[in-house]
Amino acid sequence: MAKQSNHEAHVGHVTSPTTYLIAAGALFVLTALTVGAAFVDLGPLNDLVALLIAGTKAAIIIVVFMHGRYTSGITRLAMVAGLIWLALLILGVMDDYLTRDWLMTPS
Amino acid sequence: MVGHIVTFVQHLQAHARQLPRLGRAGSAFLLALLLVMVGTGQALAQAPEGTANANPTLTTMLGITMGVLGVGLLTAVLISFVVWATGTRNPLIPTDEEMEHSFRRYFWFSVDHKVIGIQYFWTSLFFFFIGGLMALLVRWELAQPGLTFTPDQYNQFFTMHATIMIFLFIIPMLVGAFGNYAVPLMVGTFDMAFPKLNALSYWLVPPGALIIMAGFLAESGTAKAGWTSYPPVALQGGAGQMLWLLGVFVLGWSSIVGGMNFLVTIMNMRTKGVHYFRLPLFVWAIATTAVLAVLGTPSLAAAVTLQFMNIAFGFPFFDAAKGGNPLMWQHVFWFYSHPAVYIMILPAFGIVSEIIPVFSRKPLFGYRALVYATAGIGVLSFLVWAHHMFASAMFPWLRIPFMLTTMLIAVPTGIKIFNWLGTLAFGKIRLETPMLFSLALVSMFVIGGISGVFLGSVPVDLHLHDTYFVVAHIHYVLFGGSAFAIFGGIYYWFPKMFGRMLNESLGKIHFWLSFIGFNVAFLPMHAVGALGMPRRYADYDIAFTELNLTISIGAFLLGFAQLILIYNMLRAFQVGKVAPANPWNARTLEWLTTSPPPHYNFEEPLTVDHDPYDYGRRISSPEALPVPGD
Repeated sequence: MAKQSNHEAHVGHVTSPTTYLIAAGALFVLTALTVGAAFVDLGPLNDLVALLIAGTKAAIIIVVFMHGRYTSGITRLAMVAGLIWLALLILGVMDDYLTRDWLMTPS
Repeated sequence: MVGHIVTFVQHLQAHARQLPRLGRAGSAFLLALLLVMVGTGQALAQAPEGTANANPTLTTMLGITMGVLGVGLLTAVLISFVVWATGTRNPLIPTDEEMEHSFRRYFWFSVDHKVIGIQYFWTSLFFFFIGGLMALLVRWELAQPGLTFTPDQYNQFFTMHATIMIFLFIIPMLVGAFGNYAVPLMVGTFDMAFPKLNALSYWLVPPGALIIMAGFLAESGTAKAGWTSYPPVALQGGAGQMLWLLGVFVLGWSSIVGGMNFLVTIMNMRTKGVHYFRLPLFVWAIATTAVLAVLGTPSLAAAVTLQFMNIAFGFPFFDAAKGGNPLMWQHVFWFYSHPAVYIMILPAFGIVSEIIPVFSRKPLFGYRALVYATAGIGVLSFLVWAHHMFASAMFPWLRIPFMLTTMLIAVPTGIKIFNWLGTLAFGKIRLETPMLFSLALVSMFVIGGISGVFLGSVPVDLHLHDTYFVVAHIHYVLFGGSAFAIFGGIYYWFPKMFGRMLNESLGKIHFWLSFIGFNVAFLPMHAVGALGMPRRYADYDIAFTELNLTISIGAFLLGFAQLILIYNMLRAFQVGKVAPANPWNARTLEWLTTSPPPHYNFEEPLTVDHDPYDYGRRISSPEALPVPGD
């Protein structure tokens, strides 16, 4: 076991084509779902559903295609840093976006 | 001087005769670049102004289609480069070993970090003069009230001045040229971690630059909404604006690729004995800059992509008439572009931190504090961006946290300034040209930093927003800071890079003329700004005439002074003294090898047992170091 992980650490994990094909298939299905969801009016849930599907797709790409599942340490830290920075941007923008109407302007 | 130029041209001609045929791959690459430039420019020129609001006509659609084809072609060119970079293909391309001693390696896809550094060096210097020319056109217009150029031309000049200076001079010079050349040497290794990726990051710069420059061929001219490209004005820009967005996207790509490479190199390629707290400050600065580039630039890429789709395909992102939000651009743009200011200044601080101990013969005061300050500035730089938007009617209370984070940046910056002063105190100071430029940075950056604190304060900013005070501030930071450090770095590392010493007297003349020209040009801008002269206007009230004339005279003096630098460099190639391995008696690792270094930098792997700034300590006099070639 130890020998195997040492080997993996050296050459990197090899993902089987089946896994890639399943992941690619899932991406196509989710894309179809995005298009389908666009034709159904879910009211306030519209954005939420679209973002959930997009987030799932991004997660599949990060975990499978970018080998996020098999990397460790600093590479994983780099991936998480990207997410944190995105959160930081969204947080700052939403601060402004959600409070802009609070300003009382003479009508 | 004419004699030197003639000799230099003859030198170039002699080398040109040795150039082989470029070969099929090279010709295809150059042809593709040309097609991207002319094709995209002309195709997008078909698109009428404000495409977003126009009905798509046949010509518009044709223009957009050809524009997309142009981008596709560029992608194809880059993919073919990657195919080559992966190995086996293309026997037409000579290897590094084949051209190790040939001048032509500077014109090809070399993977040697020193060659790439020098490629970046000359490319950036070329654009420094193009950007400077744009600045002089701006100052020519503003020397007197009234119009010499049309306002439309004027808008293009100042937009391209800032774009070129930021994206094609300061960033590629500090990170691309000095970073590439010095970092592997300073950590004692033979090359960057990913040499081919390194070549890619350089070779993305010329296409990016050509795409931006292609805007000048467009019917409606190049980008004219300022380098910040705020909607709604930017959305009316048409072809030039679209090319600007594409070009910035490509340059951002180069930045991300380069940033990753620096991080991996600094983490994994340090030679034996160089632990993190033995890294020179310049390496720390480049590491922090790389983090900023890797985490921030994707945000810029997103912003320019959205604006491109807004203009080209009528998407509503920033178009209020269609339910979009113009202020969203400012958020996403500044989320990158404020850290970008630190991408432009941290390596400059790094250069000064190298030069000051060498020319004071003292250990760097507070090494660890400087490291933490560098990292602290890096983190804080992502938390301040909305201070550019104080005047944008954001909810008033929300401005306070951004004001506080902005003020907070003065703390790590102050630590740096005081540590430099602490290094200078009681030192054996040698006032050679690199030191003069470093001292200029310390003093001028204090002025730029303090005017930054003014602007970070909400009530003051509301008065000074978009006036010449902001222009004065940014030039004290980016010319008095970054550009002076670049000049200091040129005088400091030129002997290592090219094996020749620059003339010291010419260097001093260059320094004093630059220093005087700089202050004559930018100090009065504080006054005209505080008096209310807005920036980005081609004309002004006659009350500002004298001050503006003074500014223009200073600007032309500053421009003239840079010719001395060029003359000094050309002269050094012809008659300059041959540089020894360690002309400054410095202790960082790049001086332990010959000038210029051999192909793999060091004759044998180094083991380091000293700190980089051990000057004046009995156990480690520089003379005790083994220095080849001395």
